[in-house]
Amino acid sequence: MVDVRMRVNGSIEKLDLEPRVSLLDALREHLGLTGTKKGCDQGACGACTVLVDGERISSCLALAVQYADRDITTIEGVEDPIQQSFVRHDGFQCGYCTSGQICSAIGMLAEHAAGAPSAVTGHLAAEQIDLTPEEIRERMSGNLCRCGAYNGIVAAIQESSR
Amino acid sequence: MKDFAYVSAQDVATAVRAIAEPGAKFLGGGTNLVDLMRQNIERPDTVIDITRLPLDRVEELPDGGVRIGALVRNSHLAAHRVIRTRYPMLAQAILTGASGQLRNMATVGGNVLQRTRCPYFADLAARCNKREPGAGCDAIGGFNRNAAIFGASDSCVATHPSDMCVALAALDATIELESVRGVRRLPLVGFHMLPGDSPQHETAIAADELITAIELPELPVAARSRYRKVRDRASYAFALVSVAAALEVRDGVITEARLALGGVAARPWRAHAAERALMGGPATEERFRLAADAELEGAVAQSQNAFKIELAGRAITATLRQLQVEGSAA
Repeated sequence: MVDVRMRVNGSIEKLDLEPRVSLLDALREHLGLTGTKKGCDQGACGACTVLVDGERISSCLALAVQYADRDITTIEGVEDPIQQSFVRHDGFQCGYCTSGQICSAIGMLAEHAAGAPSAVTGHLAAEQIDLTPEEIRERMSGNLCRCGAYNGIVAAIQESSR
Repeated sequence: MKDFAYVSAQDVATAVRAIAEPGAKFLGGGTNLVDLMRQNIERPDTVIDITRLPLDRVEELPDGGVRIGALVRNSHLAAHRVIRTRYPMLAQAILTGASGQLRNMATVGGNVLQRTRCPYFADLAARCNKREPGAGCDAIGGFNRNAAIFGASDSCVATHPSDMCVALAALDATIELESVRGVRRLPLVGFHMLPGDSPQHETAIAADELITAIELPELPVAARSRYRKVRDRASYAFALVSVAAALEVRDGVITEARLALGGVAARPWRAHAAERALMGGPATEERFRLAADAELEGAVAQSQNAFKIELAGRAITATLRQLQVEGSAA
């Protein structure tokens, strides 16, 4: 067992974990934060997306011990106008992917604000990149929605990026 | 997942000492290894977490090259201004791989060492010579739509899945390795092995070595480069075929060309024959296609992937045409 201390949604948490426990399972099973969802458990769906020091990651492929002393934000710790945008634009149907979509969108918007390009950016050296629907779709491609609420998701993210 | 001992290494000396233990394995971003451990394909006794090693910087070198620490995250490298402007094919290649979340986790060293996505390698019920030497290969004659068209053998037809490495091959990158025995440097071209009769030997790294850095040479032609990836869906999928290309044209004549292919072999495939066919020729569609055909002469299809040969020919031609007409991705 390994002692792991991490800040989760602003609170310091102390856990005693087997090193094989994923960050996703640590959040859900050890801290009771079930807002973060387990979809594929193999990095293919994005349902488990959380923010670590403001960067989005897939928590299913993260061992919790690797994230000791880091600052984790899950959907329970998110208070952002993008949540209202998702409601306004029907950015979900069953809701299973939504916490991952929202955490991913917050991380993605921060990447864009820092000037990071994407695979569809026409000129990689550009200082300013327009966050078009095409850019949003590419940058959010790591989050699958089985219900196919993508149009609403893109509209919600576009609204909150303005 | 099998239980294991966990060690967090704080410096390179500690990490390379710890890897000498039998059954020890380095862990970077975890995007490949944790997945394989969960499927019981990798079963290390000790995991040495190297993510706290001070190898996370991108530095411009006095000789004009660039040194990339092995633990630089894929997303950080792709967003780095020097990479975007001087080596755009590398930024593009990385950005076409995986997803935003995974690129934030995955390290440069881990990307080089990632394992094949051949479905039989990841299926413990299937035969795979790479996973279990001598067991046989269910991909041969099986589901091999995404198998190799270059350098495959009777033992293995798997491909290397990296996009980043395709650009690194075209750029003549160097890999720096460190162990208790010292430091050595190897060219990336040739670092990944063709399967032959021992597909379990995937790279030239020794069991006790750690990748500490990747170095890019100064290469002016790289500023005029692109990466094009063809896949079954528009994003978040591995390549069927990909092309990294750089082209220097003076007065309509090709004076320098760099070309490498992904998704076609167990290694990022540096297209030397195509480069030779381009050099000194006119920068025309016909010449681009001739060069592609020169490379693809040696291609051999499996039962389901003959389409890849023509697809590669068209992808090479289209990438070179786009470079010539629209210019660099930067």
